[in-house]
Amino acid sequence: MDAVIEVAGVAKQFKIHHERHQTLKERLLHPRSGTTEVFDALRDVNFTVGEGETVGIMGHNGSGKSTLLKCICGVLKPSAGQIRLRGSLAALLELGAGFQPELSGRDNVYLYGSMLGLSRRMIESVFDDIVDFSELEHFIDTPVKFYSSGMYVRLAFAVAVNVAPEILVVDEVLAVGDERFQAKCLDRIRQFQREGRTILLVTHQADTVRAVCERAIVLDHGQQIADDSVVEALRIFRQRLHGDGGDRRAAASAVHITGVTTASGTFDVRRGEDLVFEVDVTSDHATTANLVTEVFTRSGLLVSRNDAQAALVELRPGTNKVQVEWRALPLLDGVYDVNIGLVEVSGGTVLAWLERGASVQVIYDGRASGVIEIESSVKP
Amino acid sequence: MDEATSPDERVTSSAVRVVSARTPLGQRLRNLVERRELLWGLIVSDIRIKYKGSALGLIWSMLSPALTLATYYLVFSVFLKNGIPGFVVYLFAGLVVWTMFQTAVSTSTGVIVDRAGLVKKVSFPREILALSNVGAAIFYFVIQFAVLVAFVLLIGHHVPWSLAWLLPMAFVSLVLFAAALGIVMSAVTVYLRDVRHLMDVLLQLWFWVSPVVYSYANSLAAPLHRHGLTALYFVNPITPIILTFQRVIYGSTVVTSTTTGTALHVLPSWPISTFATMNAIVLAVAVVVFLLALAIFGRLEGNFESEL
Repeated sequence: MDAVIEVAGVAKQFKIHHERHQTLKERLLHPRSGTTEVFDALRDVNFTVGEGETVGIMGHNGSGKSTLLKCICGVLKPSAGQIRLRGSLAALLELGAGFQPELSGRDNVYLYGSMLGLSRRMIESVFDDIVDFSELEHFIDTPVKFYSSGMYVRLAFAVAVNVAPEILVVDEVLAVGDERFQAKCLDRIRQFQREGRTILLVTHQADTVRAVCERAIVLDHGQQIADDSVVEALRIFRQRLHGDGGDRRAAASAVHITGVTTASGTFDVRRGEDLVFEVDVTSDHATTANLVTEVFTRSGLLVSRNDAQAALVELRPGTNKVQVEWRALPLLDGVYDVNIGLVEVSGGTVLAWLERGASVQVIYDGRASGVIEIESSVKP
Repeated sequence: MDEATSPDERVTSSAVRVVSARTPLGQRLRNLVERRELLWGLIVSDIRIKYKGSALGLIWSMLSPALTLATYYLVFSVFLKNGIPGFVVYLFAGLVVWTMFQTAVSTSTGVIVDRAGLVKKVSFPREILALSNVGAAIFYFVIQFAVLVAFVLLIGHHVPWSLAWLLPMAFVSLVLFAAALGIVMSAVTVYLRDVRHLMDVLLQLWFWVSPVVYSYANSLAAPLHRHGLTALYFVNPITPIILTFQRVIYGSTVVTSTTTGTALHVLPSWPISTFATMNAIVLAVAVVVFLLALAIFGRLEGNFESEL
């Protein structure tokens, strides 16, 4: 597999001016006033993305993921290191940033396309697709300044996804669109995957990463803390997100989920049977928490996340065994991954998290397929 | 998705691109050549936006220099009576050059600040923004030059067309100087916003130290020579370019004054070989200055995002 994106030792520093003197007069009057602080947005980030891979970049707010993305897109220049890109790149960052309000939709498609690095001939060949996708047939010759914001975004999105880039970079800006728009976007991402294009997805939504990515990179305060499989990266992301920070969290980090076991030693269960398992929790103080369980299919579909308020657990200092009982499991044939977490009673602070604590094998010999069976009957 | 065309396009676009702190000069030039379609698109959109919704449209790009021309003609030929026969042609020849330079530089200066939204969000060589304004200025120049040629043919002014080969040389220098100054100023304006206003004033001053509305040979050459300032006057690279245009379009170097009847040295009576050498030197300097401008821009562009 050839590397399409190579990020080598990339660092980015921002200068933060605390007092800005931007006019000539001010600069002359205050040659040395104002302090400049250097802020490290990225520190020594290294990874490669192979052709056809879909890689997620995760991190909490301010972790540097958008900065990294902008560097990859070439909007920002890294302060050190370099990024090598092979092939054309289209970024779904700020949609429609290059639009000229005075020009018609048609002219803007060409202008925006050429900003993305396409020749006029290439845009001509996909122009009709772009217009179809944007659903703006009647307005394509109207100046863009008369467009609604929805139309604006639709047109920009249509250009970006129809230009057939070899590398597609998607930022979480897409999360702001309406549900239909998001679904359309996700469909396109899947289509790109089928076509063997490389996708870089930036998000802090674990579900999205689980659903589309094969691998994920986790950033924390500008540092790359993981480059691993989605499951492993998510584990590190969650642990880092919930594990450090303020004093309250430092105290809370004394709670750990150490393991999940069953009496029989296996997690094999027949559909409709009960599954009982024990969660081992160590804590250095007495506390009360809610137990959360998440069940995923192997393809990353969230099957169930239970209501955290309903499963109160009293923890004593030392080792605790918490028994969880799932009654009459409605799942069909397959392997399901289980994540287990402990959440503070007041508010949602996660005290401890175990990603993929168990893999449940469900055996089902009926004819229904899918994830669950719906009890149904048919009447004439 | 047009499956039929994408495979070969993938091959052509599979070049490796490197994003790093500094882009070497050669790479900058290659990037510019690679993105010429964007440059072209921006030039076209600049021109279209400028005349969008105006009733006269492109006619304005001829009308406004024509009115400037009429004003200077009135002042210098009718009120002040400088006695130069066919002064309109002399004036017009210099004015097309100056208008091109001034338009290119003044529109380029604020372009990165004005289009901060684009600069912060879309990746392309930022010099293209300044160059697109230079391109638009070239477009207006071509229109005005066409009007100038039509005008001299119409009034039957004798033009030594055999010297016309000097013009492309001078014009390329003009474009390179305008682009160099525009590129550097567009970057400097990001850090010092009042450079834009300063440039407006500087360009006015620059206009008057360039021999557009007066004759260098007739009024300035002797006193400059006396004080040993001729070299200083020619530090202004626009001067030799303007002189070349005037030499070719206006034609005569010595004419009879319409007011006093005496001989007037309107243009330097250098042999054509001197004009050729001068233009070759100017062109060489222009190329160096342009490359220097790209290098300076490369130094300055690294911190754009924290200043915009």
